[in-house]
Amino acid sequence: MATAAGVPRDERVRKGGLMSKLLNRPELGAVAGAVLVFVFFAIVAGDRGFLTSTGTISYLEVSAQLGILAIPVAMLMIAGEFDLSVGSMVAAAGILIAIPIAEFGWPLWAALLLAFAVSLVVGFLNGYLVITTGLPSFIVTLASLFILRGATIGFTRLITGRTQVGGLRTDTEGSFFGAIFAGEVAGIPASIFWWLGLAALGTYILLRTTFGNWIFGTGGSPVAARNVGVPVDRVKIILFMATAASATLLAAVTVLDAGSADVLRGELREFQAIIASVIGGVLLTGGYGSVIGPVFGALIFGMVSQGIFFTGVNTDWFQVFLGTMLLIAVVVNNFIRQRAARSR
Amino acid sequence: MTTQERATANLLVEMQGISKYFGRVIALQDISMRVGAGEVMCLLGDNGAGKSTLIKTLSGVHQPDEGKMLVDGEEVRFTSPRDALDRGIATVFQDLAMIPLMGISRNFFLGREPTKAFGPLKVYDAAFADRVTREQMHKMGIDIRDPSQPVGTLSGGERQSVAIARAVYFGAKVLILDEPTSALGVKQAAVVLRYIAQTRDQGLGVIFITHNVHHAYPIGDRFTILKRGRSYGTFEKNEVTREEVASMMAGGEEIENLSSELAEFEREDAEQAKREGRTPDGSSSHDLAESFREETEQVHEEEERGPGPRS
Repeated sequence: MATAAGVPRDERVRKGGLMSKLLNRPELGAVAGAVLVFVFFAIVAGDRGFLTSTGTISYLEVSAQLGILAIPVAMLMIAGEFDLSVGSMVAAAGILIAIPIAEFGWPLWAALLLAFAVSLVVGFLNGYLVITTGLPSFIVTLASLFILRGATIGFTRLITGRTQVGGLRTDTEGSFFGAIFAGEVAGIPASIFWWLGLAALGTYILLRTTFGNWIFGTGGSPVAARNVGVPVDRVKIILFMATAASATLLAAVTVLDAGSADVLRGELREFQAIIASVIGGVLLTGGYGSVIGPVFGALIFGMVSQGIFFTGVNTDWFQVFLGTMLLIAVVVNNFIRQRAARSR
Repeated sequence: MTTQERATANLLVEMQGISKYFGRVIALQDISMRVGAGEVMCLLGDNGAGKSTLIKTLSGVHQPDEGKMLVDGEEVRFTSPRDALDRGIATVFQDLAMIPLMGISRNFFLGREPTKAFGPLKVYDAAFADRVTREQMHKMGIDIRDPSQPVGTLSGGERQSVAIARAVYFGAKVLILDEPTSALGVKQAAVVLRYIAQTRDQGLGVIFITHNVHHAYPIGDRFTILKRGRSYGTFEKNEVTREEVASMMAGGEEIENLSSELAEFEREDAEQAKREGRTPDGSSSHDLAESFREETEQVHEEEERGPGPRS
């Protein structure tokens, strides 16, 4: 911490140990958890391919696909709101990309533009409804979860007669956007770069911009923030639009990678994104958290879901682990928050 | 120069015949008040007297239905708290001044974040925010241990002080304090009263809202008393005693009934004690009054010595 010129350093500032400093970081739990999980699988499944580059890339890719969603979801949670509609948005956006190309012969860029535009409108409506009704965002976006999923299934069956839209590979292979969303650099899939890029962008916004300060203020105490002139409603609506846009980004990645879209894609993603955020130290009640935390939360998710596969244990057990992790994370978060808010 | 003359010379804010209705409820009826530079105007009243409505009107949260407001002699109409802030009227709301989980310096600059150029980008200037926060708090006699520590780690009095320092730093000419001492202990309240005095000495006009005469009387230059949405009158300090203010606030008759009731209780207690063969001990309210007196004296001594680090 920089000592201000002219103001003498306060002698009451105890030179805190490294440990006590780390305990005041929201992401500490997730970083420690990720290290533990890595060490565990390195020992248990190290000789079965977990440590190979293929193994590493496979769990990083799983982490990236969740992390892309979890970063804006975490930022929205810091601003005090939930978005349960992101999973349905992934499927809706995927279909919005696939159907115009497969059925109407649209170029890829136009389909992507449509999907992003629709998702921004959905995000705006989510935010607008939460603000105008004053209802908990949990309920409002739970409604959009079902509406979006249902509409996606309904329209897709109406237009194509099926629930999957495939055969896009010939349209997308080798195209510019195909490379951006589903290409590879040195064997590393594009999604991992998107994940890390979003992590850097999110951290920059949260800690280094005015808007980031507004996010913390909005979640910490909306009334107090409004009293000092923070446009609380605008902050929330922008973040709802960001979560929906990130769902479309994930849809673009998966559709262009697989060459097909499925109306059931993205199921449970909304909860996994919230779990990654909470494991990453984001407070369920808002006002506290980081972007780095959820990045590590997603990493834990990826390592465990792939690690279990490498150990040969039945992957059914993954969900048990996930639930347990969530519970531990919430308890640890409470402890860390109490330290942060009181005992310094 | 008397207080009256000083006030008219440097009049900052004036409300004339303000009325506010919520449906059929008359929240405020024909209220007038004014505050000048370098003076403390106390707005007193019991719960439900209309203090909060009046202050929300002045700070731009509500719009008055009748009457006019003048800032620097110019008629104004606020549509949002931001408008009031732009005219130099800053309000510190009781519980809603600070965000507990955010750091002190981030709280201090929330809504008016300092930025610096970082290549083509504008970034939040954390070093500047930390430095200014420490300097401003130092002026009030508070040493911030760590500007990034959450506001929740501060005491209630310190939190109010950060909010006051923030308003002063951002160029407030009139500071409205909504019950800044009501949630505080005796010692903390005395600390906040001292900051109010410091703010006044810097030439700001202070509107101090409270229902506690013991907090208002020592610091106020003028007292406006609200009762059930109407003004009971405005009094200069040299016109009234503390007891008169208290009595007007509560409504003279009611308070007299109350004191005779209390006297009755006391008599009964004493009789019972006599019957049981004990001597009546000092009541706890007496102790409280005593401790407050000590506290206030201590504050006065500190004031004379000038601001310094708190113990």
